[in-house]
Amino acid sequence: MRTAFYITLFASVLLVSTAVAQDRTTWTVAPDGEITSITEAISKAFPGDRIEVHGGTYAESPIVVMKQVELIGIDNPVIDAGGENEAITIAADSTVFEGFTVKNVTHSFTRDRAGIRVANASHVRVANNLVEDTFFGIYLARSKHVDVLDNEVRGVPKREANTGNGIHLWNSDNIRVDRNFVSGHRDGIYIEFAEGSSFAENEVRDNLRYGLHFMFSDHSSYERNLFRDNGAGAAVMYSSHIEMRENEFAHNWGPSIYGLLLKDIRDSHIEDNVFYRNTTGIYAEGSSRVKITGNTMERNGWAVRILSNCYDVEFTRNNFVGNTFDVTTNSRRNPNLFEGNYWSKYDGYDLDGDGYGDVPHRPVRLFALIVERQPIAMTMLGSLFVDILDLAERVLPVLTPETLVDERPLMREVR
Amino acid sequence: MQTISLPLSSLWKILKYGLYDVMRSRWVLFYGLFFLAATDVLFRFGGTGERVIVSLMNVVLYVVPLVAVMLGAMFLYNSREYVTLLLTQPLKRQSIFGGVYAGLTVPLCLMFLLGVSLPFFYHGGITPDVMQAFVLLLFSGVMLTAIFVALGFAIALVHEDRVRGMGLALAHWLFFAVVYNGIVLFIVYFFGHYPIENGVVALTFLNPLDLARIILLLEFELSAMMGFTGAVFRQFFGSGMGIGLAIGALFVWLLVPLGLSLRYFKRKDL
Repeated sequence: MRTAFYITLFASVLLVSTAVAQDRTTWTVAPDGEITSITEAISKAFPGDRIEVHGGTYAESPIVVMKQVELIGIDNPVIDAGGENEAITIAADSTVFEGFTVKNVTHSFTRDRAGIRVANASHVRVANNLVEDTFFGIYLARSKHVDVLDNEVRGVPKREANTGNGIHLWNSDNIRVDRNFVSGHRDGIYIEFAEGSSFAENEVRDNLRYGLHFMFSDHSSYERNLFRDNGAGAAVMYSSHIEMRENEFAHNWGPSIYGLLLKDIRDSHIEDNVFYRNTTGIYAEGSSRVKITGNTMERNGWAVRILSNCYDVEFTRNNFVGNTFDVTTNSRRNPNLFEGNYWSKYDGYDLDGDGYGDVPHRPVRLFALIVERQPIAMTMLGSLFVDILDLAERVLPVLTPETLVDERPLMREVR
Repeated sequence: MQTISLPLSSLWKILKYGLYDVMRSRWVLFYGLFFLAATDVLFRFGGTGERVIVSLMNVVLYVVPLVAVMLGAMFLYNSREYVTLLLTQPLKRQSIFGGVYAGLTVPLCLMFLLGVSLPFFYHGGITPDVMQAFVLLLFSGVMLTAIFVALGFAIALVHEDRVRGMGLALAHWLFFAVVYNGIVLFIVYFFGHYPIENGVVALTFLNPLDLARIILLLEFELSAMMGFTGAVFRQFFGSGMGIGLAIGALFVWLLVPLGLSLRYFKRKDL
């Protein structure tokens, strides 16, 4: 009797579990298969199903995903949006979209058309896709906990007005954007109202405006990204508690163009980044309590331009190597701190051998002030006369900020 | 046939003896050693070829002209008797002048080139990225040597008095290296509210040191140059034509003092 009960119980458990497993069907879409359209497969599928899309071109748009499915591309299927529509809109939680090529979305002046749109969804995963020649690349709106990983977003840059952003986040929290490649768009990665998000190991280059455009997104971090040859590097604005580590900002050139622009940033860390050959490495305005440590500024026009409406910004243990101007500001007062940095222009000595120079270093050159007032004076850069002027001012500061001093300049570069 | 080859062959001969003379004088050897030591030390402390080139820029811009103009004048005063002796021979004055001039300029340039290049080769500082900068640096150094030796010659030819001549050579260097920029900066600062950009660009052509400095600057400090708002300057020197004109102007700067001193030398009653 008892044994019979156990056997029945075991059998029913087995039955139930197979029923659950059977619930998760795999559908196959192929140009020459039973189902030839992705939309058809989605409509037939039940929530939680897996849809495998095989190689070929699918000219259907827009594909709208309203239930939770796993869309997996096999042998590089191509979704051709045909111009006027978006390629795919994902509006269901926990959806996966992986391994596709999405292309051909033309620009519009009234709608932000995107290759891949995620709207009002959470725990979505968009990975390993190639997004080519679309107005906006990957567009996230009102979504949470979305992972955007290993995608390649390539655009054909036109003018700023008719080119969209590569990866666009709006009103979306806790997003992870890792290992993507973005080029040829207006802003490489655009972030507005995206709290608690992280961006790592992305490569963002050759975009018309900013590589990274970042606003109103507290508690976010970006690490080990490369921003190169963009119109204007990265702009980080109106946010607090931002962590920026080990990024590289290189070759951002032109009038009023910055490697990293900080505007109204509070309580943040900028550590171990490299700024190489930018017109301005870091430009800071209205920012406070920002710790800038361990960065290398090499061969920039202006390594740091910090306006006097910043306070408690601390520069420690940074390398300033071969910049035309290491630090400039717009006031004789200095509410910020420079201490223990390495300055390649430092000409003091270290007699007690503690690794810090015995004479304080004044990083603001008189010539920087002259150039600010008379830009054409830049033609005098590097001349002996200017060096003599700078030296005289350094010995006896009259015009440059008296308190902008590194009292403990490092003798050796920070590695 | 003989009449054509004669002046050239005699120029070569004078150049050859001039070279022996210069090499014996050790000055030139020290000059080469100086560049060798400077470049080597920069490599040992600074590391990469790129950084070394940037540091060498100031040396090339200010040390090369100073040494060239001083040695140029001194060399002519020292070899006065030798030149007088040559003049008693049936030689063209042109060949004598050419031989003596090349006899100093060629070893100076060679020493400069060797002194700078050798450390680059044995430290492996030449990478494709810095090739253009490296070539520009060497080119500027050679041009400045040739220009300032010619200037030194012109000064020594016009002024008989040795002390006066040497003082004038130093004064010329001081003028081109420091005073000129002071004047331009003064003009820029006090007339900056007027549209003087074109004028300032033109002023750079009147000083060979400024020309060389700007050619190098556009290579090395481009990030700053691109950022500054002086559109005229950026458009002019940012284009290939501007650089080409600057290089052309350097050649004019070589030919003018050279031509003037040759003319003077030909007519001078020694």
